[in-house]
Amino acid sequence: MKIHEYQAKEILRSFGVPVPESKIAFSVKEAEEAAAELGLPVVVKAQIHAGGRGKGGGVKFAPTAQDVTQYANDILGMTLVTHQTGPEGKLVKKVLIEAASNIDRELYAGIVMDRATSAVTFMVSTEGGMEIEKVAEETPEKIVKVVVDTAVGLQPFQARQMAFALNLTGDAFKNGVKFLMALYKAYMGTDASIFEINPLVVTKEGDVIALDAKANFDENALYRHKDIVALRDLDEEEPLEIEAGRSGLNYIKLEGNIGCMVNGAGLAMGTMDIIKLTGGEPANFLDVGGGASAETVEKGFRIILSDENVKAVLINIFGGIVRCDRVAKGVIEAIKNIDTKVPIVVRLQGTNAEEGKKLLEASGMNIIAATELKDAAEKVVGTLKTIEA
Amino acid sequence: MSVLVDKNTKLVVQGITGSEGAFHTQQMIEYGTNVVAGVTPGKGGQLFMDKIPIYNTMKGAVEKTGANASVIFVPPPFAGDAIMEAAEAGVELVICITEGIPTFDMLKVHEFLKKYPKTTLVGPNCPGVITPGEAKIGIMPGFIHKPGTIGIVSRSGTLTYEAVHQLGEAGFGQSTAIGIGGDPIIGTKHIDAVKLLSEDPKTEAIVLIGEIGGSDEETAAEYIANNVDKPVVAFIAGQTAPPGKRMGHAGAIIAGGKGTAEEKMKALAAAGIHVVKSPADIGKKMKEVLG
Repeated sequence: MKIHEYQAKEILRSFGVPVPESKIAFSVKEAEEAAAELGLPVVVKAQIHAGGRGKGGGVKFAPTAQDVTQYANDILGMTLVTHQTGPEGKLVKKVLIEAASNIDRELYAGIVMDRATSAVTFMVSTEGGMEIEKVAEETPEKIVKVVVDTAVGLQPFQARQMAFALNLTGDAFKNGVKFLMALYKAYMGTDASIFEINPLVVTKEGDVIALDAKANFDENALYRHKDIVALRDLDEEEPLEIEAGRSGLNYIKLEGNIGCMVNGAGLAMGTMDIIKLTGGEPANFLDVGGGASAETVEKGFRIILSDENVKAVLINIFGGIVRCDRVAKGVIEAIKNIDTKVPIVVRLQGTNAEEGKKLLEASGMNIIAATELKDAAEKVVGTLKTIEA
Repeated sequence: MSVLVDKNTKLVVQGITGSEGAFHTQQMIEYGTNVVAGVTPGKGGQLFMDKIPIYNTMKGAVEKTGANASVIFVPPPFAGDAIMEAAEAGVELVICITEGIPTFDMLKVHEFLKKYPKTTLVGPNCPGVITPGEAKIGIMPGFIHKPGTIGIVSRSGTLTYEAVHQLGEAGFGQSTAIGIGGDPIIGTKHIDAVKLLSEDPKTEAIVLIGEIGGSDEETAAEYIANNVDKPVVAFIAGQTAPPGKRMGHAGAIIAGGKGTAEEKMKALAAAGIHVVKSPADIGKKMKEVLG
């Protein structure tokens, strides 16, 4: 789960990680009041769930009160386009007003769960303010990695190693070690999956603070973090994905026009792949899970068809424990209830596949039955070609 | 011969009285799996289906029945604990079906298991392991499998069934099919399963099914290039998956430009593995390769 910068900073602050003084503002008036309270100069920062906000014009340095008014006015309500938002951009509904820092150096600190070693891993770099993927590609020697021993957690000597690698000295060194230890505590204490502090800044006064903060959390662990669940911002999510989530379905919207409904995540991805290979474009990923009951099939249908781009649907169910004749009945019921004109190809395989196929054929509905995966993909792409011709 | 499970496997079901656990225990028994005990804390002394003794602890179950494997159907918040309990009780194989275990719980489990090198963990978030005709431990439909000589290792459940189905159509049965699971931290990885299958005399060829996220397929590819003579056919799911979006499985995500299907397919092909682009070509390719 993703959260906003201002929320991430509140969490960091609560774990003793230094962050600049700031206030969130939902209107120009609130922005002006926040700036007056914090004292000028301030930075006005758009709050959306995407990186690259500065380049997109969503982060402005405001030395005067007039600037605050001007920038808050510009940014609030703007559609911010960054390399992470896609060309449609994201509407900005709030800005963070932050006391400007007296920056001496910009560094980078990140924490991730490294899958290869199954261990929490720190990454620090002197190349702050740049995309870390770019640094990793162009100058990998400038990224220092420290693997945390799960049994004992991050040790002070490791934090010192990183602080030295960042060329910190004097007060900044001491503050840097403290910062990294606190950051680790925050990461572990919140079941985070990614923390990224970019830039991590050293001020002219020798303070070490998180000037930006990105935090993602493990969705499987949210049941034990009600406070983090409360930070979810539905404005930042695809409405159809939210609706699917409420029905217990795993749906991700894509750009194509062939809707697909599959049981199991791997087969769902595989089905998208074969649609593409056959010359079509998948409109979505949808895993209806192992159950695939009449009810889930109908919910899935409604969600797929809410996407106006969808011109044909492929249902691919490999019945294991779930019986294909039951799925077929569910499909027939759902189509009756929804009353759609979109051509539907159904591929049933596994338990009671033949019975399922017979039910579909006998239904008298506009359902094209398929037995094999390749056949199903060709049929669904074929229906589109017929429509277009 | 086969790997991990066979007719000598004596299985304990952890969470046998839950709805999933109870249903799949019946299915496993019907298939012929030797289920010797169940564990549900607080229900010790009762019988499951009037014949299988239930114990309060794994230790009790193993001491009384000599069980050597366990399968876990315990809900996510308690499943990590169940894995550790099984290892401590001394079973050689722990298969965790549960989906949705917090990553940090698995981090702890991973650390704990270092003290129990004799215990192999498969999963979590997996369909289980089946040696057709001998035993199935997990939730896969037994009837689609046939005894044979193809070993399968896969991160996905229904995609494995698809591969099994295609192999069947092409005239091949399976030695053992291992579902390793779709989570970021798992016990048995592709490389471990490939090692087992390549050393198994009954396995003639291997199907490797991967998906986007992580680099375990690449690691396995390197191992195969240097150590495996048996033919390997591979498919990677998620060639059309957008970056930064989790595709159902907790581990199926392209993060920071890493873990793409393209990268994996390239690494596998470079290792001399027969990579198919289409998931419909797994059986066909195997037939082509084995002639």
